Amino acid sequence: MRRPPPPDRRPGLPGPVCNDPYAYGDLPWLQALTALALPLAARLGTLDDLMQRDARREEDGFPRKIRIGRLVKPGRGGKHKVVVVPTTVEEKLVHDNSFAERADQPGPAGGSGEGEEGEVIGEQPVRPDPDEGDGQGPGQGEGAAHELESNAYDLGRILTEQFRLPNLEDKGKKRSLTRYVYDLTDRHRGFGQLLDKKATLRQLVETNIGLERIAAGHVPDPADLLIAPRDKVYRVLSRERDFESQAVVFFLRDYSGSMSGRPTEQVVSQHVLIYSWILYQYAGQIETRFILHDTEAKEVDDFYTYYNSRVAGGTKVASAFALVNEIVARENLVQDYNIYVFYGTDGDDWDTGGKECLPEIEAVLRYAARLGITIVDNGYGPARDSEVQKYLQASQLLTQRRDRLRLDVLPADADEPRVIEGIRQLISP
Amino acid sequence: MQLIDQHAKAIMEGCKERARQAGLRFDDETLEYVVTNRDLLELAPKVMIPTMYDYWVHDLEVLKGRGRYELYPSNPYETVINTRPAISYYNDNNPDWLNVMIFYHVLGHIDFFQNNLFFRHTWDDDFTGQALAAKRAIARLRSEHGRWVDYVIEFSRGLDNLVDFHGLVSDLHRAPQDGWSGRLDWYFDVFLQGARPATVADYVQEIERYNQCVRDHGQTAEDVFFRDVQRRHPEFAALYDKALHRKPVQRRDVLRYILEHSPFLDREENKWMQQVVQIVRQTSLYFQPQIRTKIMNEGWSSYWHEKLFRQDDRIAGHEVDFARVNAAVTAMPRVGLNPYALGMRLFAFIEEAADQGRYSREFLALLDAEDRRRFDRQTGRGRDYIFAVRENLNDHLFVRNFLEQDFVDRHRLFVAGRRLDQPRLVWQWYVKSRDAGQYKQMVLDQLYHPPHITVDLERTRPETLYLVHHHEAKPLVRDYLHGALLGCEFLWGGKVVLETSEVKAAERAGAVNGRPDDDDGAAPPDWERVRYTMHERKLSRELI
Repeated sequence: MRRPPPPDRRPGLPGPVCNDPYAYGDLPWLQALTALALPLAARLGTLDDLMQRDARREEDGFPRKIRIGRLVKPGRGGKHKVVVVPTTVEEKLVHDNSFAERADQPGPAGGSGEGEEGEVIGEQPVRPDPDEGDGQGPGQGEGAAHELESNAYDLGRILTEQFRLPNLEDKGKKRSLTRYVYDLTDRHRGFGQLLDKKATLRQLVETNIGLERIAAGHVPDPADLLIAPRDKVYRVLSRERDFESQAVVFFLRDYSGSMSGRPTEQVVSQHVLIYSWILYQYAGQIETRFILHDTEAKEVDDFYTYYNSRVAGGTKVASAFALVNEIVARENLVQDYNIYVFYGTDGDDWDTGGKECLPEIEAVLRYAARLGITIVDNGYGPARDSEVQKYLQASQLLTQRRDRLRLDVLPADADEPRVIEGIRQLISP
Repeated sequence: MQLIDQHAKAIMEGCKERARQAGLRFDDETLEYVVTNRDLLELAPKVMIPTMYDYWVHDLEVLKGRGRYELYPSNPYETVINTRPAISYYNDNNPDWLNVMIFYHVLGHIDFFQNNLFFRHTWDDDFTGQALAAKRAIARLRSEHGRWVDYVIEFSRGLDNLVDFHGLVSDLHRAPQDGWSGRLDWYFDVFLQGARPATVADYVQEIERYNQCVRDHGQTAEDVFFRDVQRRHPEFAALYDKALHRKPVQRRDVLRYILEHSPFLDREENKWMQQVVQIVRQTSLYFQPQIRTKIMNEGWSSYWHEKLFRQDDRIAGHEVDFARVNAAVTAMPRVGLNPYALGMRLFAFIEEAADQGRYSREFLALLDAEDRRRFDRQTGRGRDYIFAVRENLNDHLFVRNFLEQDFVDRHRLFVAGRRLDQPRLVWQWYVKSRDAGQYKQMVLDQLYHPPHITVDLERTRPETLYLVHHHEAKPLVRDYLHGALLGCEFLWGGKVVLETSEVKAAERAGAVNGRPDDDDGAAPPDWERVRYTMHERKLSRELI
């Protein structure tokens, strides 16, 4: 439901159009009163309670009701925000008013003013301006009044805990190059921050044996021992490299012509969720790289561009994987990182049979902890396997390399639980 | 929440006086509260009723925006609550002149709530008090039965749009049976047509015999008539007596039917659930008239706030401020449907037309356009006429009866269409039609209209509840069937069957993929009757 804008910002065209008489109300309309969003902290508690309650429904034999919708508010320079919006619908027997509407011919609205019949009176962009903050995915256009702001980390936590996504299989801890902890681990003789008594005593005994003040077979008298300043052993604060898992995640997507609309939405929303989940798993120790491809692949700087780039030309899947291989080799990422690659496409590829693509994918599989491929079935043409799906299956990589390679074929109209189920398939051990 | 200060209250009392002089009728007592943003956050999910029962979906609503109106039949930001006394909410920092305007608007709402006959069932009780009792009852039940209370609320709410609101209102307005006999009605309408079916000839003969009795015996005709009936059908008296004491079965009120006839709810350990179902049902019935009178209610209030504000001597000097706010609220949007603007103009149009005597046989008989234009009988009855409209109609009747071509032409209204300009990725809005019929249909399509679903008494058994969705050229939302019927099965304690109509699957696919060039040229969809069965929490579908 689109709420009409408050009256002091009256739209001409183009602008939001509201043809729902019930969306109007006295308080916002007449008195310009809008509800403030509560601070985040006051709400997360309730959200957790609600999610717990929802989990209990399954025990009682009823399906879950709460879905975690999310809105991505892309910001420049990678500062995108993920807004978590829990949603539920009260299922009732109601008429489906839009059953006869076609996607490109929605229902009529009221209007007033000049214009002959048939005359075009205004235009509106199909995709709202990203600055307005409407995201993709469930919950779109809703919740402008009270959004629950959270970050991707919280979303990852919820995904992991509530939807029981598997925890990561540890590929072995790696030395972090950038993170340090400080600890009293180094020893220093003579002076320092904390006297290490045991080590000092051992040193003392050693020195006094050398000075023959302790003889074998006699119990030494501690009062007779000589204490040299250098015998005192201290602990000093030192910088230690932290040993932690860290990951680099490559998000790849096809932005060729055939991807416009739902396929792009599905891929991007699934990637948002995966991104959030990995962010949580690695406690923020994660690097992301974004790659778009049509016939050629290019790396883009931030999620904003990745998310918003419009469709371009033809399709060569191999180009994307080739670029990943090149980046990994050039920056020698294998040594220090767990590498994840997630790729989204509608399954179309000009490279029939995967002659170019399969070698690149095999190269990726040599180092990647997981390569997850999402194919969104865009519903064009008869139901058949898409090109990418066909050559992947023919290559038998899916069975031979099941530990590394996963495929999920997602219908274009898949709902939230299906998308999450898809993620589970892509990342389960 | 706190009451408005004495200064503002004095302004309100002044407004009441002036509104009464203009003809509005409402109770003396009203309560006005100042409402802050934080209050709103808590009130909005409870549809502004502070004493509404607690339910987790309400909590969730706080966390997100509103869902579809069809599912929540009440506006979350209502200013005036239809209770006794009426409660209204105000922003703290409104200037006095704006408060005068809002007070008049509020008084318009209160007048509407307290005089429109569709609200008849809400007149005798204070809903906030009832809601408080309900809230306490639910809290108590929750301490005994835990989360199962929430399941029962959820499942009842899944059916709470299937309450027979019109039946309830029509029962309240049924004229008392003075001057004719229920026994006679029952004899001719039920006994002779059902219990002991008579042939048409016999039936006509019986009527004639009754008329003869009236001619011969006058006052005592009925007794004489029935003496004869009694002789021929000795069982008549007993059957009639039984029928008198039988409660009418509520076929149209699915929720009430379940409440009264569900074997599951009738079990000793489940009796408490009946209370919850009843609370949900009452709450839904309370909101039903509100959603069915949105355009009228807002139009009526806007009409009066404009009229009364301009006559008010206390606001001199703020005419321009008023004009600006009023124009923003009640302007016709270039594209869109604003209930304030549409309703207000329609009331003004009706008043003018009634003043000229256009709602008359004489006017309707005129065929010449020029004669029609010049027609003016100066009846002076316009004001009375709109008061009668506000008393007797709801949105559907209001729009259907009065939205005519003259009105559409006067305000230059049109139906706006929208089409996709694929290469440029923009929606194009265009003037689709200026025909009043199409405009009317467009508005009617927007109005709240729950599906017409009744209980099939013939096929309902203690172990099976059989529901029939009567076809109105719209299918049900498929995604919701599972949830709604699951709850229904729980409350009934057995299998639930729903018969409905759907568009044939092949055509659905065709409508999406095939793209005919002409948007209006599409053939009407081909319907088929299907039967959904919810059994042991599994939903199955079969063609009939």
